[in-house]
Amino acid sequence: MTLPRLREAIRHALTPAAAEWLAAAVAEVTTVARTIHTVFPRVGRRCGRDPLGAYDPQWTIDDGARVLLLAASPAVTEELSVLYRHGDVAEKRAILRGLPYLKIGGAGLPLITDALRGNDPRLVVAALGEYGASWLDDLSYRQGVLKCVFMGIPLREVSGLTHRADEELMRMMRSFAAERAAAGRPVPADLLTFVPDSHRQD
Amino acid sequence: MRIFDPHIHMSSRTTDDYRAMRDAGVRAVVEPAFWQGQPRTVVGSFTDYFDSLIGWEPFRASRYGIRHHCTIALNPKEANDPRCLPVLAVLPRYLEKDNVVAVGEIGYDSMTDAEDEAFAAQLALAVEHDLPALVHTPHRDKARGTERSIALIRESGIAPERVVLDHLNEVTVRMAEDSGCWLGFSIYPHTKMDEHRMVAILREYGLDRMLVNSAADWGESDPLKTLHTGEAMYSAGFDTDDVDRVLWRNPTEFYGQSGRLGSGEVETTATEYAGNSVSRGVRKE
Repeated sequence: MTLPRLREAIRHALTPAAAEWLAAAVAEVTTVARTIHTVFPRVGRRCGRDPLGAYDPQWTIDDGARVLLLAASPAVTEELSVLYRHGDVAEKRAILRGLPYLKIGGAGLPLITDALRGNDPRLVVAALGEYGASWLDDLSYRQGVLKCVFMGIPLREVSGLTHRADEELMRMMRSFAAERAAAGRPVPADLLTFVPDSHRQD
Repeated sequence: MRIFDPHIHMSSRTTDDYRAMRDAGVRAVVEPAFWQGQPRTVVGSFTDYFDSLIGWEPFRASRYGIRHHCTIALNPKEANDPRCLPVLAVLPRYLEKDNVVAVGEIGYDSMTDAEDEAFAAQLALAVEHDLPALVHTPHRDKARGTERSIALIRESGIAPERVVLDHLNEVTVRMAEDSGCWLGFSIYPHTKMDEHRMVAILREYGLDRMLVNSAADWGESDPLKTLHTGEAMYSAGFDTDDVDRVLWRNPTEFYGQSGRLGSGEVETTATEYAGNSVSRGVRKE
């Protein structure tokens, strides 16, 4: 997952008309950073929303095209929070997915915590990608993972579990499983794989 | 029966309503921005509401297999409060979003100067953003309000076939028909229009440019009034093609002018996650 590879994947995915539009938009954003606010909401209509394919099975063409626009901006740190605040779900998801590609250090963390406060699974899972797994503190990361279990988001879509899952997260998972079991409700299969010593009650 | 409700305020409905609508054949809706019962006093209340119309509400609808679009505007009632007027400046941002298929609800409530200005400014925004417009005709002094709306629409330069005049009745249908605009009817249990009066209007005026909605707002209303109108049409001798035209193809044609209408297939990405807080518990399908 690098910018040159993403550019290549987008080049293969776009129609000639869409490629021309995106090239012009990227050139515009490179010259005048604030023009990104005009082009960003139009990306889905101009470039399409089909899956991006082998690059990443979760990504769509508009995700990739938006990340290329963000990467082209000479003032991305300044524009990012405004774009996110005013974005619709597709725009917000692309921003969350694009954070690891941008040279912004931890400046994207407030967007990650905003997405985790919300209740849209598309944004919650995007917030727990590579960037969230690198920058979230332990408490927020654990709460984010448990929220995914609660919302039924498959844990295979969450980044960082192999090195960030600690004893406290295990305790929280076991406790969640016990609560479900006490209520006679099914314990999510994902959780059982994670803490196999919990009892299945369904 | 497949149903596209072209005007329904889902923010004021429960998940039970979504389920009943899906069972009744509703597959697509347009939710126009309007008032919130309690008057708003700051611009932030509007932007959070608009964000909900392009974010949370489409997600909630998708859980029940319904595609949700919206229209965005400063409504006529609140255009009279100077604290709300700065909303006009944030509209262009929203009018570029994928899910926004028209400018609305705009129009008149009390026919004040402030309403005149907001109405004209937002018709201009519709032209600028290449979107249709949804015009609410007033509850009080409706005939005069409808006349004035038609006059303002003419002045604005927007093509009449890109405008719907909504909440029409027996008194206003003729002038609306003559204007070349689309004709919207909100079917309620007791007030603006009911399904049997609606069928009489369809018999007299035909099915061209006719839009039937359930509005389903904060007052006494019923989100299945579109279905009931379809049933009343069948009882009156209309056929399946007629019902499909009024309840599906007409709204698709009108809002299709935005170029932003979804294909009618509901996104599956949002429905894959079965355990979300909106649908907690085991679902019986």
